[in-house]
Amino acid sequence: MNPSPLAGPGTKVLGIETSCDETAAAVVVDAHHVVSSVVSSQVDLHARFGGVVPEIASRAHVELLAPVVAQAMIEAGVDGDVDAVAATVGPGLIGSLLVGVSAAKTLALVWGVPFVGVNHLEAHLYASFLEEPDLPLPVVVLLVSGGHTLLVLMEAHGRYRLLGGTIDDAAGEAFDKVARFLGLGYPGGPAIDRVATQGDPAAIAFPRAIPDEAYDFSFSGLKTAVINHVRKHPEVVTADVAASFQEAVVDVLVTKTLAAAQQHGASGICLAGGVAANSRLRERVLDTCVQHGLHPFLPSPSMCTDNAAMVAAAGWWRLQSDGPTPLDVGASPNLTLTFHP
Amino acid sequence: MIVAATRSVGETRALAAALAELARPGDLVVLAGDLGAGKTAFVQGYGAELGVTERITSPTFTILSSYQGRLPLHHLDVYRLDQVEEAYDLGLAELLDEGGVTLIEWGDTILPALPTDYLEIRFLLGDHDDDRRLELVGVGARWAARTRALRTALRPWLVDDAQVGEAPTADGGAPC
Repeated sequence: MNPSPLAGPGTKVLGIETSCDETAAAVVVDAHHVVSSVVSSQVDLHARFGGVVPEIASRAHVELLAPVVAQAMIEAGVDGDVDAVAATVGPGLIGSLLVGVSAAKTLALVWGVPFVGVNHLEAHLYASFLEEPDLPLPVVVLLVSGGHTLLVLMEAHGRYRLLGGTIDDAAGEAFDKVARFLGLGYPGGPAIDRVATQGDPAAIAFPRAIPDEAYDFSFSGLKTAVINHVRKHPEVVTADVAASFQEAVVDVLVTKTLAAAQQHGASGICLAGGVAANSRLRERVLDTCVQHGLHPFLPSPSMCTDNAAMVAAAGWWRLQSDGPTPLDVGASPNLTLTFHP
Repeated sequence: MIVAATRSVGETRALAAALAELARPGDLVVLAGDLGAGKTAFVQGYGAELGVTERITSPTFTILSSYQGRLPLHHLDVYRLDQVEEAYDLGLAELLDEGGVTLIEWGDTILPALPTDYLEIRFLLGDHDDDRRLELVGVGARWAARTRALRTALRPWLVDDAQVGEAPTADGGAPC
């Protein structure tokens, strides 16, 4: 692809992410060289404001955004000399989105550089490109997080086909709710991952739900099956429940993703989203890819969970294909993957 | 209190659809009950009757999903909110003023942030895995006037009045 003058070599993009729980900012050069990436939950910013910062409230994003952006700029050693500012415009809560979008537009205007609106789901797909810039397309991407479970065929940059998704709960949500039910704490994904290593994944045969559509997922029934099993067998070993539950989720995710990759002649499988940090899922995807001659693209865990480096990378590509986003484009709480801001 | 019973997720969806036929702009429905009790399934049945063609999935992480049917449908889940104050930040008042129908999972945990007219539906687990007992309480004048209509809509699932006095089987306590 010929780089446009707007996104040529050495283009520095400041990315801003406020769509959900994390306030994040990052500076990325040429869509793959991460110069800085700051995520609010990973830094101790609480001391500066005193007390606990509520994570969901848009007010928290307001309080955290300036220091997070400042830190990303300082770590990157840039002082206003970025070439574009990208921000997540959706999907997400309107109040939270507006914080990042307004800040990004303001900075773009002040610095006289383009603003780029980014789709949060598309940004997750670009996490793989941060570490594998020349990743051969088409690939099948399994995007699994607390809020989303999507199986996507990425045919070209900016061109996606939604193959399937959850019909009820997201995979990450199932992890969190089962973890809370088992008393393993929050966040539930890492807690189950940890406890499951002590348990037998074959101890309990939890159901593998198969919805009507080939590439859809369903995790609500599994969650209820875990609850029912523990109610009936209070003496059951928690580690066995965690391991068997995790195996049921991973089984379905891997089976369907492999089938999709084979059906569509994909070069490989990309993982994205917070659940992509799950060690059992990574292990199973790796094994499956090796077994079937597919390339595994497994971004490091810090790039799987919500971050702004992926927003900057997606912004770079969007700038190259479509140019700047008009400043009258607002936040879109209900944005879907195949609709561009 | 109106008490109904369902014996499968499908029946819970059908019951929800029957209630959706009574939907009016500005309605607020609070859904209470433990994990896996069927709150999201209820919203799926309700939305289908409202003519929502989009897939309705759990908003636990995203907090709010809005859909377009014959009335706008706002589906919230406040399970992850740590304090009632965060509910004010969601712009609930604006949503309710928009003339749609709002259904809030775990809404009983943020009652101070809600208007004083709402229908609360509490989901309780039954004796068998898929059995659910639903207890409906209309709060405020808006719902008091609709008790008869609610009973009529729920006739296939109504539990005999003789059993209404029985103690609930679960407390459906706060999530945090």
